[in-house]
Amino acid sequence: MIPGSFEYHRPESVDGAIALLNEHGDEARLLAGGHSLIPMMKLRMAVPSHIVDLQAIDSLHGISEDGGELVIGALTTQHEVLISDLLARKCPIIPEAAALIADPQVRYCGTIGGNVANGDPGNDMPAIMQALGARFRAVGPNGSRDIAARDYYEAAYFTELEENEVLTQIRIPTPAAGHGAAYEKQKRKIGDYATAAAAVILTVESGRCTSASIALTNVASTPLYAEAAAGALVGTDLGADAVDTAVRLAEEITEPTSDGRGPADFRTHVAGIMVRRAIARAQKNAG
Amino acid sequence: MSKMHVKMNVNGAEVEGLAEPRTLLIHFLREQLSLTGPHIGCETSHCGACTVDLNGKSVKSCTVFVAQSNGAEVTTIEGIANADGTLHALQEAFREHHGLQCGFCTPGMITRAYRLLQENPNPSEEEIRYGISGNLCRCTGYQNIVKAIRAAADELNATREAAQ
Repeated sequence: MIPGSFEYHRPESVDGAIALLNEHGDEARLLAGGHSLIPMMKLRMAVPSHIVDLQAIDSLHGISEDGGELVIGALTTQHEVLISDLLARKCPIIPEAAALIADPQVRYCGTIGGNVANGDPGNDMPAIMQALGARFRAVGPNGSRDIAARDYYEAAYFTELEENEVLTQIRIPTPAAGHGAAYEKQKRKIGDYATAAAAVILTVESGRCTSASIALTNVASTPLYAEAAAGALVGTDLGADAVDTAVRLAEEITEPTSDGRGPADFRTHVAGIMVRRAIARAQKNAG
Repeated sequence: MSKMHVKMNVNGAEVEGLAEPRTLLIHFLREQLSLTGPHIGCETSHCGACTVDLNGKSVKSCTVFVAQSNGAEVTTIEGIANADGTLHALQEAFREHHGLQCGFCTPGMITRAYRLLQENPNPSEEEIRYGISGNLCRCTGYQNIVKAIRAAADELNATREAAQ
């Protein structure tokens, strides 16, 4: 379990990190909390010859509100997300999901930027960010651009982020006051990746659903934004027929693999149950 | 690959050494500093036997490069006992409540519980179980570990109140 050799860099600015990525190309990898990359390096599934550790770049830390957006620095740890008063008040689904990730030691190290950036389909935050309509700010040699979370994921570990770009911020339109949200995650034991999980965000006025979004974790090679399923809820009173339709439409887009978490059809079935539970809890949380 | 000069504060003492950047912190602690309290259990960041305190956070030292911890403050189980050599309240409580059988997980358990009680001096049983969910014990069934941590919390709180 010894990783391959590498040269270690600890730049103090985003520009410094980009310069190193430019210089070393695909031989360099960014290191945030390291709890995805280091296990991959121990297995020699990743063998970078240059490690660019982001820990000394102060501008990548912190959680704030900027106009109508919540801004989370990429190096903010899952622990910091979990104890954030601002997120608890304005966007509780994010700390709710962070509490379901791994264990305390991993949450002290693991960052929200790493969780969304690396494209692991088992990670929880990507589906949350798709449901919230978040954008990821990517900074490269030619300046910065924003990539919608819903467009970011191409396949397992393949994303829109270029080799010489750094994902610096997650920008989330502040959800409407009174929205209801829930993240339901089925897992075999505490700390596990999801067998299937669902994020649901709703607004409800006088008993009618006025907006909805749904996204799914770990039932395909990317997170899934379940647009049709959410559409089936809008304009309804969230009665049994509407929920049944949404569950069926969500199940239809899943493409899980059979693995230690169960056969593919079981995981699709679990995804449906997670959607059903998350709708019910989001509805309860709304208002 | 060339070695790098590493400096850190471990259990209150400044230490330095030469190590390849890829060296895992647990290997540096055990093999270069002879601090064999933190154990290597799974080496895959699941079991928590290698838990140490790094800059005020519990971490699994099998999943941290020594290069990342260059300049850091580290506390291992060797640094938990009181300055006069008597056992820390957690160590005493693990002994008193039979919080260990084989003892392999114990250094990680106690080091983790130390940080948990810093952050939450009065945890419920549920909070203790959630707080140590990154530490596996295959002997005890956790019952007595939870009791020990709860007892240590009471002891530390009583000492703190008496001091005020």
